[in-house]
Amino acid sequence: MKLGGFLLLLSGWGIVVAALTLLHGHVVAPFIYAGFAVEILGLVLVFRGHLPAAVKLG
Amino acid sequence: MDAPTNLLAFGLCLIFLILVPFTVAGLALINAGLGRSRSAAHAMTTALCVMATAMLTYFALGSAVQGAHEPPLWNNGWLATLPSKNFFFHGISWDQPAAAQILLPLLGISLASVVPLGAVSDRLRLGAACASTVLFAGLIDPLFLRAMARFGAFQDAGGSGFIQAVGGLTALAFVWLLGPRQGKYAHGGMPAAIPAHNQVFVLFGCMLSWIGWLGLNSAGAMMRAGAQAEQSILVVVNTTFAAAASALAAAATTRIRFRRPDASLVGNGWMAGLVASSAGCATLKPATATITGIVAGVLVVLSVEWFELHLKVDDPCGSVSVHAVCGIWGLLAAGIFAERAGQFTVQIIGIATLLGFIFPLTYGLNYLLNRFLVYRVSPDGERQGLDLHELGADAYPEFVVHADEFLQR
Repeated sequence: MKLGGFLLLLSGWGIVVAALTLLHGHVVAPFIYAGFAVEILGLVLVFRGHLPAAVKLG
Repeated sequence: MDAPTNLLAFGLCLIFLILVPFTVAGLALINAGLGRSRSAAHAMTTALCVMATAMLTYFALGSAVQGAHEPPLWNNGWLATLPSKNFFFHGISWDQPAAAQILLPLLGISLASVVPLGAVSDRLRLGAACASTVLFAGLIDPLFLRAMARFGAFQDAGGSGFIQAVGGLTALAFVWLLGPRQGKYAHGGMPAAIPAHNQVFVLFGCMLSWIGWLGLNSAGAMMRAGAQAEQSILVVVNTTFAAAASALAAAATTRIRFRRPDASLVGNGWMAGLVASSAGCATLKPATATITGIVAGVLVVLSVEWFELHLKVDDPCGSVSVHAVCGIWGLLAAGIFAERAGQFTVQIIGIATLLGFIFPLTYGLNYLLNRFLVYRVSPDGERQGLDLHELGADAYPEFVVHADEFLQR
């Protein structure tokens, strides 16, 4: 789950960078927000992936 | 980054920059105060060593990676100019006022490198802290500065992003890599309260940080947001109002939730307001700076509780909540309250870069380094306290300390 989360974080940033590099005009912003949403999803997964480890270590 | 153009602006900028180390001193005091007495000297020593490592690493490597004293790099493609020839500050004309532009990232990155220490106090080895700082000051933070240099419109004058959020996200990576302190989470996952050893240090650290932050935000506004010298008054007002509103909001929130104001969370609230004020300090109005502070104050209390109770993040100083969460809120607030159309989207690009590029990078690099150079002190060392274990002497040798009554058995 952790790895999946980090991959989603990177993918989200990839979408943002691709939108800035490849697109022009009004279509850029929606892709930036879409990429950001993917990152939020990745962040949730990363947090969930770290939950069991935290409890076990304590 | 704009270099100060006239002599008055240069002199004023230099005075503001000289105040910035107060921020580091304040943060180090907060970290030491919120940790345990058996690791207090270690916390201060680590802060000093990490700051020194950060500055020398930035001198040797970071400024070249950032391209701090070059013309905008992205025009020619950044990969083509990486690494640049400007290692060891090569090529700076020291007799020109423009040389001052190197000081803000130098001091800012040294401040940012102290931020993660609070999250892993009582369990991070001194050598590992310095080694990870080489990655932080030499690569991670300069890369963010380099990436955002492309977006001139990105508002981060005082460093809510490049100082606070980068430091806070690194703190989160550290907490996950090192795990919680011994006895923090019982088998049911309920956290034990491990009290701060000196609240006076914490609150004095907050006041000391305020002085530094006035300098940091004022210098940042002039050098990174093109503010004129006269606008420093607005920057000082914005910074102070945000911190004041945030501290009161944190006090009110803890009063409502826990029936009495919590001293360390009020201190965290003050810091959260300072952190959140940094991004838009040059463009916010006093009213919007106050709103930014109020939101930061509420956010930091809820965030500290959420991280500790539900996400099992053992962060003794609330570094992730104060610096990462409120740093990102500050970047967002600078976009929300901006008069310029499209500013919010630019701020989202900056936050997306922090979360999607910098956070995986800092986690991945520290994960690899942790494989070779174990970050966490041994269980015996943790029980003994880092002062005795790593430094060979206690911070308070004449006190009878080390009560473990709070630990769940």
